[in-house]
Amino acid sequence: MVGPSSSHTAGACRIGLLARGLVGGTPERARIELHGSFARTGEGHGTDKAISGGLMGFRPDDDRIRDALNIAEREGLAYTFEKTTISDDAHPNTVRITLERGDRSHEMIGESLGAGRIHITEVDGFPVEVHGNHYTIVLVAEDVKGSVAAIAQLLADGGLNIATLRLSRKERGGDAFMVIEIDERPGESVRDAIRALSWVRWTHRLDKVSG
Amino acid sequence: MYTSLQSAITDAEAAGTTLFRVALDAEARDQGRPVAEIRDALRRALRVMREATDRGLVGDLYSASGLVGGDAAKLATSTAGPMAGSIFTGVLARALAVQEVNAAMGVIVAAPTAGGAGVLPSVLLGIAAAKGLGDEAIVDALATAGLIGAVVAERASLSGAEGGCQAETGAAAGMAAGAAVEMLGGSPSQAGHAVALAQQGTLGLVCDPLGGLVELPCVFRNATGAAIALAAIEMALAGITFAIPADEVIDVMGEIGRDMDVRYRETAGGGLAQSPTGRRLARERLVQIRRS
Repeated sequence: MVGPSSSHTAGACRIGLLARGLVGGTPERARIELHGSFARTGEGHGTDKAISGGLMGFRPDDDRIRDALNIAEREGLAYTFEKTTISDDAHPNTVRITLERGDRSHEMIGESLGAGRIHITEVDGFPVEVHGNHYTIVLVAEDVKGSVAAIAQLLADGGLNIATLRLSRKERGGDAFMVIEIDERPGESVRDAIRALSWVRWTHRLDKVSG
Repeated sequence: MYTSLQSAITDAEAAGTTLFRVALDAEARDQGRPVAEIRDALRRALRVMREATDRGLVGDLYSASGLVGGDAAKLATSTAGPMAGSIFTGVLARALAVQEVNAAMGVIVAAPTAGGAGVLPSVLLGIAAAKGLGDEAIVDALATAGLIGAVVAERASLSGAEGGCQAETGAAAGMAAGAAVEMLGGSPSQAGHAVALAQQGTLGLVCDPLGGLVELPCVFRNATGAAIALAAIEMALAGITFAIPADEVIDVMGEIGRDMDVRYRETAGGGLAQSPTGRRLARERLVQIRRS
């Protein structure tokens, strides 16, 4: 990895890499809100460079991270960094990232746990648990019966092995958020097959960023 | 994955094998990849560790703030020593070297973290160079170190923001001590005592970097962390045992981290960061970063 801090640099870069997956590529606009130690010491640690680098697809050992803010300007990534308090009991290294690309806009909250390990806790307001050590498919679907079975079948047809599957929803009958961690990299055909389901609102593939 | 060092030691001894073998097998199982691929990944890590060490010893790197740099070369070329033996000086110089590369946003291997990245490569590369050990022995030792680090991550923490420096350079010292003892022919049980001896010597160590930057005292704490690892290695290889098992010492490290005031957990709110000189340097140097 590129130094100087596995929490503030490598972990931050990985959170950026995962967030990038939500909009399917380098975002046009990124609002990055830093909490706790991220806010207090992020500047000296290159947290801003690392997150922007991740948003552009740089991995933690890519030495372009050092120059990421200049590269972002050339690549058309407009970013803002703000200091915030996400909640009193939030992890000391927490960030909220809001991204726009084309007509897509998504928000992710992630924590950098140390040693480059990360934990995504929220996507678009849905509670999730993503650690980035698998390939991940996220999708939002109407709360229809049999949705899990249908998705599992599509993945099996695509030769993909499910490692974990978590379902959450904000209310009964409301939209369901599905996070599926899989061992193999899912191809575009699987993504397109999921998108073709009438009750799926949107789906994206998140990269494996650790391990 | 092992969550107890003792269960790994028990498994290794029951099978008449080493901790690194047990670690490689467990990792291969977890990742669903052959051992050969895990060893390839460790060989790549070793290459980056060696490049960072060599790069840092050149002595021309300085951090963005200018607070640290050039000291690894100063130690490596000093004619005043070595006072405590050339292995000791070589290890300290390497620990400083890796951290100086890290502070300059160079490429290093987080081991277990960037802030503690100097300890493990300095101890393993320094000892291997002095004893004429080949790369495969170091790769084995890295597997042992990974096992120890994973246990610490599971039972306690590897984050200065959560557990103070005892969770970074302290954990690194434990990893280096256990791995080096095995690399030097010690038994799995001796490696376990080395982990306990190293980690006990760093209990309570706070994370108090000036301006919150991984620079000062981090660069030097890697050198002193490596020194603690060397002390633990000497004692464990001599057959000295530590009465509290490594797992319990690690648990205690986690407890102390949870009780540690937030000022001492990487926030620059206390410790050296808030000493009069620490505050002045942070103020002056941070201004310099913003201008650059």
